[in-house]
Amino acid sequence: MTTLHLTNAQVIDPEGGTVTLGSVTLTKGVIAAMGGAKPKGATEIDCAGHYLAPGIVDIGVKVGEPGERHKESFRSAGLAAAAGGVTTIIARPDTTPAIDTPETLEFVTRRAAEASPVRIRHMAALTKGREGREMTEIGFLLDAGAVAFTDAFAVTTDTKALSRALTYARSLGALVIGHPQEPGLSAGAATTSGKFASLRGLPAVSPIAERMGLDRDLALVEMTGARYHADQITTRHALPALERAKAQGLDVTAGTSIHHLTLNEIDVGDYRTFFKFTPPLRSEEDRLAMVEAVANGLIDTISSMHTPADEESKRLPFEEAASGAVALETFLPAAMRLFHAGHIDLPHIFRAMSLNPARRLNLPQGRMALGAPADLILFDPHAPFVMDRFTLRSKSKNTPFDGQRMEGKVLATFVAGTQVFKA
Amino acid sequence: MTFRARHLLGIEQLSPLEITTILDLADRYVDLNRRTVKSSDVLAGMTQINMFFENSTRTQASFELAGKRLGADVMNMSVAQSSVKKGETLIDTAMTLNAMHPDLLVVRHGASGAVNLLASKVNCAVLNAGDGRHEHPTQALLDALTIRRAKGRIQRLTVAICGDIAHSRVARSNLILLGKMENRIRLIAPPTLMPAGVQEFGCELYDDMKKGLEGADVVMMLRLQKERMDGGFIPSEREYYHRYGLDAEKLAFAKPDAIVMHPGPMNRGVEIDGEIADDINRSVIQEQVEMGVAIRMACMDLLARNLRAERGRALAGNLA
Repeated sequence: MTTLHLTNAQVIDPEGGTVTLGSVTLTKGVIAAMGGAKPKGATEIDCAGHYLAPGIVDIGVKVGEPGERHKESFRSAGLAAAAGGVTTIIARPDTTPAIDTPETLEFVTRRAAEASPVRIRHMAALTKGREGREMTEIGFLLDAGAVAFTDAFAVTTDTKALSRALTYARSLGALVIGHPQEPGLSAGAATTSGKFASLRGLPAVSPIAERMGLDRDLALVEMTGARYHADQITTRHALPALERAKAQGLDVTAGTSIHHLTLNEIDVGDYRTFFKFTPPLRSEEDRLAMVEAVANGLIDTISSMHTPADEESKRLPFEEAASGAVALETFLPAAMRLFHAGHIDLPHIFRAMSLNPARRLNLPQGRMALGAPADLILFDPHAPFVMDRFTLRSKSKNTPFDGQRMEGKVLATFVAGTQVFKA
Repeated sequence: MTFRARHLLGIEQLSPLEITTILDLADRYVDLNRRTVKSSDVLAGMTQINMFFENSTRTQASFELAGKRLGADVMNMSVAQSSVKKGETLIDTAMTLNAMHPDLLVVRHGASGAVNLLASKVNCAVLNAGDGRHEHPTQALLDALTIRRAKGRIQRLTVAICGDIAHSRVARSNLILLGKMENRIRLIAPPTLMPAGVQEFGCELYDDMKKGLEGADVVMMLRLQKERMDGGFIPSEREYYHRYGLDAEKLAFAKPDAIVMHPGPMNRGVEIDGEIADDINRSVIQEQVEMGVAIRMACMDLLARNLRAERGRALAGNLA
């Protein structure tokens, strides 16, 4: 394995909260030196003053394997991730069939390792078939490499089953990822209730449904002592409960999606289905509250919630259209909007995108430190471009940023000390 | 005369001037429709397809008659029981029809925004005959024409809209239109049937019908759909009638010359008392149906003019 010596880079350290001009040396898959001279035989890469950061660890990426490979394969997702600066994909288990047995998990793990240039780790379903009734073989799945347990967007109404799964997961130290939502209220909803939804005549859900779901989950966490992460907090109504739970010392963290940080409900405009998400886009007030919560650390992680959907499933009336957007390649430029708007500085952005997700999953990634895995990205936060969805490497092209002006380009991506992408 | 629209998708896209243009032209078609010889050749040679993904008798008949009186070749497609059942998507159905070169496409669909989606894929003029809970523009226009003819104006009136506002595209189109024409709008409904955030549209909200009707010039009743009663939105039909059904006692709170409207079909004894519905001094429900044909003739006439002009320009461009 060659040694890479990256010089003249603005090195972002999310732990220290600093950006310093210097060099980084990558050997044997790890960061071997920082600020040192070029070792003998090393290949030098001049970063030309661009920014070097730990690669993104993206919790909650949907890959279409097994079941929907025409939407996204491990190959296409891996290439998209490499180009987007995501060095570790944490894949969702809401596949067809669900990843709910160690056999399925071993199959996808093998497929992913063969096909993807970036790391792919898998979450497993918390309950069999994600049906919310019986827990999966959490112990076996942990042994097979599951990093967390989640039923993705399926929310169980069987509180007893959930409390048992949480109790069992706690005994193994497994992380459970919940989707905070009251399913009785959100059934059939396509937008957030309010003036805009009423004007468009779309079925809508009150943002309070998210708070109710979070309240329930947090009460169960208090009862069972489980390790819990909320996949997406998207409304300000849910923040006080989260704050209380953390102050209480519960083992709780929360994430949000890049779309809920950069778009709001009005963006749906004339029934544009690329702007349909689960949960739906919120008011501008909520969006700003989420940005603030990420900046002050109440919300720990940002995810792309990459969800490929084919053209057919989006070319439908809004209520009937599929939810979600591809986001591996737009994640970084979208996050740069928060930086350019002056809301969050770069070390904090990479805390939420790289360091915190890795920490929460007990992975060694996400750090800019000696001995840390050499999963790094080199990027220019100012490089402007107009997003054209047909240039995406994802098999599906459903991005809400199509045609928009964006800033921020990944120039190079390194995984385990090897360059896997060059712009 | 101002009317630039390519499609009639909703009231939201129309300016007050365009609304007035439609109403003025419709007034002339009312006169035509009252003659023995009602035919005209405004749409001669043009093909109109009525595509109803939801069952409808009244609106479809009204559009059909309007097209035939203007001389168009009218075809009705009840898509509710055809290829859509076989799994064909809305877009595919629209593209198939588009290939047959219709000039006017009248569409009703159960999903909000479905007509907008369809309009973006075809190259003829599309008229929205109701999409989900979104808009029903010709209904709002015919209501406006009825009000203007009864009250002599469509400005500075107090209009009370009562009933299932949340699920009603008629209410939505009407409150947009009446707002654009600068009227005072009151919405009267049980809170479970009031849409969220609607106070931001600049209307006054009431859950007490008598207070809401006080001093109203126009009382617009909405149909309470049977399925809402099972959905747990209201406790029972009889309690609804007691609190929100229009009877003589409640109507007495409105102005003495207030008119009563209903888009039909009516549930007598649920949202409206039969005697009031039939009271020729108060109820304009039959006039609404009459105005409906005239409004649809006016809308299709105006859209056809724009379509011809556009095609003429395209042709001239090709020759040049």
